[in-house]
Amino acid sequence: MDWTALGLSLRLGLVTVMLLLPVAFLLARSLAFGRWRGRGFVEALVALPLILPPTVVGYYLLVAFGRASPLGQVFESLLGHPLVFSFEGLVLASLVVNLPFAVQPMQNALAAIPPAVRDAARCCGLSPVNAVRRIELPLSLPGIATAAVLTFAHTLGEFGVVLMVGGSIPGETRTVSIAIYDRVQAFDQPAAAAMALVLLLIAVFALAITNSLARRAASR
Amino acid sequence: MDSGLSVRVKQATPFAIDVAFDAPSGQVTALFGPSGSGKTTLLRAIAGLHRADEVRVACDRESWTDTASGAYLPSHRRPVGFVFQDYALFPHLTISEQLALSLAHRPAAERPARVAELIGMMRLDGLGHRRPAALSGGQQQRAALARALARDPRVLLLDEPFAAVDWALRESLRHELVNLQRLLSLTTLLVTHDFEDVAKLASHLVVLERGRVTAAGTVEDLTARNAVPGVANWREPAVALDAEVLAQESARQLTLLGAGGLRLEVPTVDAAVGTTVRIQLAAREVILASQRPEGLSLHNVLDARVVAIDCATQPALRLVHLEVGATRLLSLVTADAARKLALAPGTPVLALVKAVAVEAFA
Repeated sequence: MDWTALGLSLRLGLVTVMLLLPVAFLLARSLAFGRWRGRGFVEALVALPLILPPTVVGYYLLVAFGRASPLGQVFESLLGHPLVFSFEGLVLASLVVNLPFAVQPMQNALAAIPPAVRDAARCCGLSPVNAVRRIELPLSLPGIATAAVLTFAHTLGEFGVVLMVGGSIPGETRTVSIAIYDRVQAFDQPAAAAMALVLLLIAVFALAITNSLARRAASR
Repeated sequence: MDSGLSVRVKQATPFAIDVAFDAPSGQVTALFGPSGSGKTTLLRAIAGLHRADEVRVACDRESWTDTASGAYLPSHRRPVGFVFQDYALFPHLTISEQLALSLAHRPAAERPARVAELIGMMRLDGLGHRRPAALSGGQQQRAALARALARDPRVLLLDEPFAAVDWALRESLRHELVNLQRLLSLTTLLVTHDFEDVAKLASHLVVLERGRVTAAGTVEDLTARNAVPGVANWREPAVALDAEVLAQESARQLTLLGAGGLRLEVPTVDAAVGTTVRIQLAAREVILASQRPEGLSLHNVLDARVVAIDCATQPALRLVHLEVGATRLLSLVTADAARKLALAPGTPVLALVKAVAVEAFA
């Protein structure tokens, strides 16, 4: 059992959820309510990580994060070390690949709020910010929770992108998924089995939570 | 200075609207028309929720929206109470919470008392801690009205407030609204496609069709002239007018109503002397006579004068426009009867009205 890897995975999951949710909420809100041009295109872009092979996503991120790319250079000057094969690089990659898992549940939850209810919020004297705080956020809470659970679980399980962008540096980029692969390669079956079981339990738990949230949202 | 609400909306897309009307202060103005005539869009423009090419909304001379000058008061700052068609109550908040939320313009210390007051006024006692899903349709409607009133609105906007409830409840909600209006005298806009709402609740009427005003005026004038576009074709001609309760004759179980020179005895109406009630009198219920009849069960024999005669909807019928004092009535008679009585504009005639034919709404 690689506790360092598990700790790293949990840390990556939490950081991803905390950074991604606010941004994804704003994006989801804009996609759910906005009437701007190019909305369909952005929607497709957000969904892209769902259907692209993780190695392909990983490859492009590797190129984008590289020391030759402007993005890589900006981050390197900020962080003092290259973005690739670092925890920060993993976080950034994780934000990108989790975009659909975070945006889509929240977008659906927001779109399910009747337009008249949002109108009513304004007519009850709520400013746009307060309308989000008092009406939209509470009403889309099941969607927000689903987004958090899916993002967290998916971050823990991500393999291809992590391998491409992060490699397998202990304590820095070696997540549980990578560690399991490592252990299998080294014929260390008990360790691989233990870690696989942990991920399995987390996945079952996550699905149970999202299902019960969905049921609660549906019964309201 | 209270001059009421003045509205002008013009847009080309998504559907054409070109409308201007005024709603007098303290009265109910009905926006009447078929679905798709742009009624709801107008309410949303007044509330600042809908933007269009040209919008001018002013309340008591204060500009709320003016696309020409760029003036725009954000929706949440407008003293507007909006009752939405499906009520649009917040599903996650209790009724008390929704009312408190709408009282942000008042000092925090006043809010609990005001919530209690609104709950009492709208007969929601004991329901304040419930969420909308735990209320009946009528209770939801009253909760939506309470939430709109919580804003201390200068304009009350009602979007098809009775569309979601059954017939019996609709009638009781109309009474509720009449009582409320008697109490608060709010400048109210009532969007409806049901002329019954207009006849019972509104003093002024704006008829809309495909984004245009096809008629506007007082309900009394438009019904007395049988001139409500789209309605004259299928609604039986009937005058709707406001009458004052002049006396209650409890021994005879009658109420004496007056409007202009018109005096009508009707079965007891549950309203205090001095209050105003809405009455409707269908043209087919008014009999014309040249001599005072004897020995009838009749209560009301009115001295009238023929103003005009039109051919109504059928060649065999005549719609006779009458004047009793300054008040106008309609009588539907056969062409044969009109000939026998030699009716012509200016002819004095007696209008006979059964007490039970007068529909009083209080």
